[in-house]
Amino acid sequence: MSAIAERGQAHGAFRFGLPLLIVALAALAGATGLVGPILQHWGDIVFDTQQHIVLVAISGSLAILLGVALGILLSRPIFRRAAETVLQVVNIGTTIPTLAVLALAMSILGIGAVPAIFGLFVASLLPIVRNTFAGILAVPDYLIEASLGMGMTPAQILWRVELPNALFVIFAGIRTAIAVNVGTAALAFLIGGGGLGDLIFTGIDLDDTGMMLAGAIPTALLAVFADFLLGQCQLWLVPRGVNPLR
Amino acid sequence: MIKLDNLTKTFATLRGTVTAVDRVSLEVPAGEICVLLGPSGCGKTTTLKMINRLIMPSSGKIFINGKDTDAYDVVDLRRSIGYVIQQIGLFPNMTVEDNICVVPDLLGWDRAKSRKRAAELLAMVALEPSSFLKRYPKELSGGQQQRVGVIRALAADPPVLLMDEPFGAIDPINREIIQDEFLKMQDQIRKTVMFVSHDIDEAVKMGDRIAIFRDGRLEQFDTPDNVLAHPVNAFIASFVGRDRTLKRLRLVKVADAMRRLAPAIGLETAVTDALRLMDEHAQPMLVVSDAEGRPCGYVACDLLEGRPGIVSEHRRDLPATVDLDEDLRSAVSLMFAHDMRWLACVDSRGLFRGCVTQEDITQLLGDRRRSDSR
Repeated sequence: MSAIAERGQAHGAFRFGLPLLIVALAALAGATGLVGPILQHWGDIVFDTQQHIVLVAISGSLAILLGVALGILLSRPIFRRAAETVLQVVNIGTTIPTLAVLALAMSILGIGAVPAIFGLFVASLLPIVRNTFAGILAVPDYLIEASLGMGMTPAQILWRVELPNALFVIFAGIRTAIAVNVGTAALAFLIGGGGLGDLIFTGIDLDDTGMMLAGAIPTALLAVFADFLLGQCQLWLVPRGVNPLR
Repeated sequence: MIKLDNLTKTFATLRGTVTAVDRVSLEVPAGEICVLLGPSGCGKTTTLKMINRLIMPSSGKIFINGKDTDAYDVVDLRRSIGYVIQQIGLFPNMTVEDNICVVPDLLGWDRAKSRKRAAELLAMVALEPSSFLKRYPKELSGGQQQRVGVIRALAADPPVLLMDEPFGAIDPINREIIQDEFLKMQDQIRKTVMFVSHDIDEAVKMGDRIAIFRDGRLEQFDTPDNVLAHPVNAFIASFVGRDRTLKRLRLVKVADAMRRLAPAIGLETAVTDALRLMDEHAQPMLVVSDAEGRPCGYVACDLLEGRPGIVSEHRRDLPATVDLDEDLRSAVSLMFAHDMRWLACVDSRGLFRGCVTQEDITQLLGDRRRSDSR
């Protein structure tokens, strides 16, 4: 019963939430007479959005690849004792304000897209590592015992039992990380990384509300859209037997 | 088939070395169920897990089919042994079909062959394949999950089955049903089974032999009837319970305790003939049966003495009859319930076959005791 309800809610959110948000924003922009000033920046919007997407895609992919790998590694019996320490270190990437991470990255890697990508990668690593680690650890011991008793090798246990059963939690971590990433990528502009921050910060500096919104609205839409995409992946890629959404 | 030779397991703990299993030797012939029984912490589960090397023995040997298990690759060994655990351990991310086919898949069986096998096995435990194959474990009841857990262990047709309290988490009613199902299946498949239990009733029901453990030592290894009739020491006597003689009743079928006695008589038999028959067979009552041979009542001599006519006029109803393939426990229960000292026994078609009396049962338990101690 609850699974059906959740599933309904999830679909409802995707079906009605996104168009509603767009309509609301459009209405707001229209009512305040800002449609013209925003669309005036159309060329910049397209260019910066592309840059923004590239920043998020590269740093996000790296964070997913390394985060999941690190999470798996930490969950192996030999590393399990060291896991908390490592997680604390990774945690620093989230605790330090992202702006400071970007500043530090700039002081080491210079200005441009590379330090921005590095900073975003560091900022979005923790939720992925922690969820991968916790998701694998949450697989009950008796499932591991059953796998061993039936003659699975450790690699087979990882791929056939541990990862599929942890996948939903791992996806939850990835969604959190990417949501943070899209929002934070707006700061990349400050170290010359480009992205929609270009319009936002310049708009603030010039006291140009239209320009600022031309950066802010696409950033918000991008965050919603990325989460929607990942939500769909989570819905369809996680096996039905361990997917509370299905 | 399975032979344990001086099997020992010691664990190093903070308080020194603990011996979990202490020089256990036993042998289970092919096709038999051996129940490892004892209170928790007695070493029965450790013993079981040493057979598929989930726990490495400290010393001693294990032979399966005469071959030392040390000689196997551990993964190959485990794939050749069926394993059922109390928590069932179905993989929630896999369908019932994929769960059953785990070991065949690991062994690289042809997919069509393993999937066909999964359907056959489901049918064997009365789960309709078309409806269950594609379900996920969370969509099954506890009893259905446990059935799938058992057939998953049988999927690759291993000769040996290890079962670690397999029915422990199931409610008593379903447990009885699944136990009966498993025994019925075992009649056909004849696996060599090691079965861990802490429940004496389950052990008596399931085991061809029972190995009783205490503090890591094998205290008694014997048939269920011998364990109940002749516990070797006070610990076992108290473990099997003061009602152990009553427990033995479950081990004997009505058919084995039944005596032919006098034949049933027809409804039209003359009273004088009936009395003469009772006299001949030295028994105080006769079962009356109808034309088809179904028991339909009885007559007792004190009711017939000096009466005229035929027996149907003096017939009394039988409050209960007992099936030949029921155990004596059911028979005794019926006797107590209906205040009878004897019961008429019927076969599967309901025809009268003989009688079983309280004296017969008492004598039978005594006979077994005497013949066993010889």
